[in-house]
Amino acid sequence: MVTAAIVGSGNIGTDLLVKLLRSPQLDVRYLIGVDPASDGLAKARGLGIETSAAGVDWLLSRSELPDLVFEATSAKAHLMHAPRYREAGLRAVDLTPAAVGPYVCPPVNLTDHLAAPNVNMITCGGQATIPMVYAVSRITPVPYAEIVASIASRSAGPGTRANIDEFTQTTARAIETVGGAGHGKAVIILNPVEPPMIMRDTVFCAIEADCDRDAVARSIEAMAGTVRTYVPGYTLRAEPQFDDPRPEWRGLARVAVFLEVRGNGDYLPPYAGNLDIMTAAAAQVGEEIADRLVVPA
Amino acid sequence: MTPPAAGNGSATALRITDSTLRDGSHAMAHRFTEPQVRAVVSALDTAGVEVIEVSHGDGLGGSSFNYGFSGTDEIQLVAAAVDEAQHARIAVLLLPGVGTVEDLRHAQDAGASIARIATHCTEADVSIQHFEAARALGMETVGFLMLSHRASPQRLAAEARIMVNAGAECVYVVDSAGALVLEDARARVAALIAEIGAEAQVGFHGHQNLSLGVANSVLAYQTGARQVDGALCALGAGAGNAPTEVLAAVFSRLDVPTGLDPGAVAAAAEDVVKPFLSRLPWMDRASIMQGFAGVYSSFLLHAERASARYGVPAHEILQRVGEAGYVGGQEDMIIDVALQLVRERESAESGVRG
Repeated sequence: MVTAAIVGSGNIGTDLLVKLLRSPQLDVRYLIGVDPASDGLAKARGLGIETSAAGVDWLLSRSELPDLVFEATSAKAHLMHAPRYREAGLRAVDLTPAAVGPYVCPPVNLTDHLAAPNVNMITCGGQATIPMVYAVSRITPVPYAEIVASIASRSAGPGTRANIDEFTQTTARAIETVGGAGHGKAVIILNPVEPPMIMRDTVFCAIEADCDRDAVARSIEAMAGTVRTYVPGYTLRAEPQFDDPRPEWRGLARVAVFLEVRGNGDYLPPYAGNLDIMTAAAAQVGEEIADRLVVPA
Repeated sequence: MTPPAAGNGSATALRITDSTLRDGSHAMAHRFTEPQVRAVVSALDTAGVEVIEVSHGDGLGGSSFNYGFSGTDEIQLVAAAVDEAQHARIAVLLLPGVGTVEDLRHAQDAGASIARIATHCTEADVSIQHFEAARALGMETVGFLMLSHRASPQRLAAEARIMVNAGAECVYVVDSAGALVLEDARARVAALIAEIGAEAQVGFHGHQNLSLGVANSVLAYQTGARQVDGALCALGAGAGNAPTEVLAAVFSRLDVPTGLDPGAVAAAAEDVVKPFLSRLPWMDRASIMQGFAGVYSSFLLHAERASARYGVPAHEILQRVGEAGYVGGQEDMIIDVALQLVRERESAESGVRG
């Protein structure tokens, strides 16, 4: 089996661990953090995984290095770690918004960058919304797309909070390069309401007035089904909403897609769909890479 | 760190920041023109207003489907305001998650010198990188704890502490829903003074949804706040802001030094702003509901639009938004709530028929 390490023992790293333990292709050897008191490290030890709070230095000094490393720290940390993984010959799947490698959103371009030494999983909001931007842009040109991601405060750990600008910028760029929009914009909102709100995402795409709205709606429905194959709690809250052109929209029409992302409850409870969609996507990418690393017997 | 001097520099002086060209942007559907901005800045400057805030209503980078596209690029409006002001300094608002440090840099390049960084009242730690960047750019910094009624005084003070540690020189209790009723406002200002008063100033930003914007501002001052916000003709989200012309008159009567000429501020409201308004902010059914239910004031026009589009009443949408606990920035949820109300009506009707 292909071996893996997870660097980052926060919400995302721990949720990913739970998912990868179910993977037939990947064998998680290590979970590495920087805080000995981290809940994630304790959970991993309970699951029989070797852990350390001594960071990447500890990982890279192992006699048996993993084939694959999943980074779930912060954008800043990954920028420092990425060259060291590369030097050590480790393939990296980056779950921070550092964007060192090409962006991957599984239902759009899962197999495009599997040979790259480092691939980037964009952001949780990007994983939730870019499939929808792509679902529209594969039918009709999208000169501008905008997404609003609302997540529960409790599901946003210190890495997410320190990376708000990186989140909006990386998501906006990926809306363009992966989603196929001419110009992208992203907004993230943290909501502290109790009980915690389930992740919500709204996608607005500018479209031509005379585009085939039925085809756009069908494409959106189909894409929701594709995402549901790896995130079962991914649902459309309502039919796509079409609005006629307005002067303040530069004469363009608009389609709005309202999404709810209910998580699998692997680490944090189901409200944290933002963890789920990110870690489920990363697990898929990891498994695809693993399939290609295995030498046929 | 020494708190910046306000007003004429004495310990009793109050600095009034006018937000007509930022919070008022909501009421203008973010369509301020450059000539309007120049006229307002010139009149405020003449009236002695020291700080004038100019940005999209939802802060830098707010131009969008979700919040409304700017009629004129906000950086162009900031540059025009800087050009027009003789004495006043130009402030900009930034909501982390909506705008970025890059937007702040553009505003500073255009001449803005005060960065006001706004977060929901319990999420101050998302603003740390923005305060650090603002200070590195040499800007004066102000923290904005929005929807302050949603946090206890103690929690609010702890969040203010995070902002001050990150570089905020003043932190505002922001009553974004116009929901704080007198003692609610006083207790929050007092808690902030106790926590950060030795290192930073405390401010208050009031809305008129329950008609208490001015009264709360006076209480805030009496409790130790040394910065308050107003807007000409109350032009702002919901039922509008504490009107700058009323603040100028009231604080003058209280002999509080603000540096404002009440007559000149009243003239700015009456002669410059009122003529270009298509509607004056008012305490109508929907905005009273916002104050009562604690709903973000900027949601008002969005709820009215969704009401027109989907045929469900705006006040019902706002009530539901309040129950769901949506926070500033979640304007998209207004359409979602409207669609939900439509579904509920349809199923109730089919139930009757069936």
